[in-house]
Amino acid sequence: MRVALFVPCYVDQLYPRVGMATLDLLEQLGCEVEFPEAQTCCGQPMLNSGCDTDAAPLAERFLEIFTGYDAIVAPSGSCVSMVKNHYEHIVHGDSRHETIRTKIFELCEFLVDVLKVDSLPGNFPYVVGLHSSCHGLRELRLASDSERNTSEFNKPRQLLQMIDGITLADLKRKDECCGFGGTFAVSEEAVSCTMGRDRIADHLQAGTQVLTAGDMSCLMHLAGLIQRDKHPIRVMHIAEILAGYEVPQ
Amino acid sequence: MSTSTKFDHPTNANRFNQDQARTHWHDSALWFIREKRDRMSKSLPEWETLRSCASQIKAHTVSKLADYLEEFEKNARARGAIVHWAKDAEEHNQIVLDILKKHEAERIVKSKSMLTEECHLNPFLEKNGIEVVDTDLGERIVQLRQEGPSHIVMPAIHLKKEDVSETFHQHLNTEAGNNDPCYLTESARQHLRDKFMQADVGITGVNFALADTGGIVVCTNEGNADLGVSLPNVHIACMGIEKLIPSADHLSIFLRLLARSATGQPITTYSSHFHGPREGGELHIILVDNGRSNLMNSDDYRNALKCIRCGACMNTCPVYRRSGGHSYAATVPGPIGSILNPLRDAKHHKSLPFACTLCGSCTDVCPVQINLHEQLLTLRTEVKNQKQLPVSKTMPMRIASWVFQRPKLYAWLGGIGKFFLRNLPRFMIYNGMNPWGKNREMPEAPSESFRQQYAKRAKKNQSK
Repeated sequence: MRVALFVPCYVDQLYPRVGMATLDLLEQLGCEVEFPEAQTCCGQPMLNSGCDTDAAPLAERFLEIFTGYDAIVAPSGSCVSMVKNHYEHIVHGDSRHETIRTKIFELCEFLVDVLKVDSLPGNFPYVVGLHSSCHGLRELRLASDSERNTSEFNKPRQLLQMIDGITLADLKRKDECCGFGGTFAVSEEAVSCTMGRDRIADHLQAGTQVLTAGDMSCLMHLAGLIQRDKHPIRVMHIAEILAGYEVPQ
Repeated sequence: MSTSTKFDHPTNANRFNQDQARTHWHDSALWFIREKRDRMSKSLPEWETLRSCASQIKAHTVSKLADYLEEFEKNARARGAIVHWAKDAEEHNQIVLDILKKHEAERIVKSKSMLTEECHLNPFLEKNGIEVVDTDLGERIVQLRQEGPSHIVMPAIHLKKEDVSETFHQHLNTEAGNNDPCYLTESARQHLRDKFMQADVGITGVNFALADTGGIVVCTNEGNADLGVSLPNVHIACMGIEKLIPSADHLSIFLRLLARSATGQPITTYSSHFHGPREGGELHIILVDNGRSNLMNSDDYRNALKCIRCGACMNTCPVYRRSGGHSYAATVPGPIGSILNPLRDAKHHKSLPFACTLCGSCTDVCPVQINLHEQLLTLRTEVKNQKQLPVSKTMPMRIASWVFQRPKLYAWLGGIGKFFLRNLPRFMIYNGMNPWGKNREMPEAPSESFRQQYAKRAKKNQSK
């Protein structure tokens, strides 16, 4: 399967290890992975700020660069949801979008639904706290949420449970937002940080040693607070854990 | 609403967050209700079916609203009610005043109605020399404090019992420092009982109007609507035109959804049905548009008319819980308020669609399936189109878009940014110019981007 790797711009620049882990993991699972180097940003920050006309050329570029692959995979529910669910407002019925919508996957979704992974190697003897990032949760339905009365499932959790030695932390609020929200983190700094600190407090009481999520953006915000407040929690993207990477010291 | 409240949500929210203990208390109080709602909704296997039924009924009603309104008017008149139409808040207030004048009414008891709040009826009537007493306990507390409600279902949820004790001590002469909820409730009850006895006219809101019977339904937990309209001879019911449902047969769906979503109760304590005036009395029903028909004509926002004002989106909203209802500086706060207010007045409420992380919890909790967070996202573009976004917000996005269309420039600038992040002294990164760094560390910048590592790896693989 010819898979295009879509690495969000901020992951490319600030978290290359997450990109490498995604690449390693997909290759370990037998995918032929390509990173189209012309890619930059999907346009989500612009659209979320109301600047649809600035997002539109980036959406155009995205469709051009990523058309023709069997699948497009990204270690980010938020960016995938942007392409899948929000492009229609800015590309207005472009037929390439119709195709790409069905071929783009968040990493965990791809592993569970397309590759149908049922075992993963490695040993990770830590208490892992899984943060359910909102766009993955409620726009891509990577897991059931606590608001709706539907049967329970959780794709990222299902994958983590395949790894030996792992203990998953039990949170009091299992799917509340971390408060990142893109430019919200800056424009509503006070509420954003209160929300983030509340999420961290929940993980602290649950004994989380390694905090993980499918979106590095949530983790960037939470890690910034953890580091400032000097909490004994390490932060890793789920791709790093699934690819068997060590806990960063 | 307090006069010091600015229209800007971040400023108000920042002030609310100064008192972190209170912020946490507010968050926990609302989360407690959200959890109760979760338990109640999950006790009904048909919950999701109820939601989609309710959503479809509302969508259908809105699509034929003019017809149903006519049917309602005809049936309500046949039962002896007097039906009035108001295109905006001003007309609504004038109609109420005219009715009061006709009856030489001086004292009014009102049960909680968000529509009369929306129309600012109280100050209008007070200006005309009429005493208006809100009879819902929470609403009475905020009225005594000369504040607006901070929540549409729990108007005084921002106040602790100590605050209520202080307010009652000032206005109702209760003992100073007596925080006992039973004592305070009893004092309010005695005080309100006098007001009920003296009232000339009772005003209520309307939760549901039934087109096929011409009746209206008012839901309360305190029975104050029933008391308020049983003692005086004249009952004025004020309703937004979106409160209509086609038939009494549909009512059970909404009654089951409303209280569970609002407070986690199976049903409100009182669901009072009014079909025409009681003997010798008058029932006036005022149908108010006040911008609603504009929503009806909009494909993007029509869904907002489905709202049954349960407040579930507020209880679940992590931003509302941590910024308080008054931070929205609007009658209806929270996610639904962040849609309704800017559509009415984008200039004053331009910050509200951005007071949201787009987490989507409101959409999934909404009993009538309004796509709240999607509308909030669309509304941001609307705010920009109305030129209400400052250049300080639009310019960075324009520049970023320009850079992202040039991958080589982007990669080069990324390298420079990382270099600075690694090498600049701390005071140049963490200062007043950088809101991120106020409470958070910046990410550590790696020496190479992913694309650089990928290119190196590809080269190495080739030379193998």
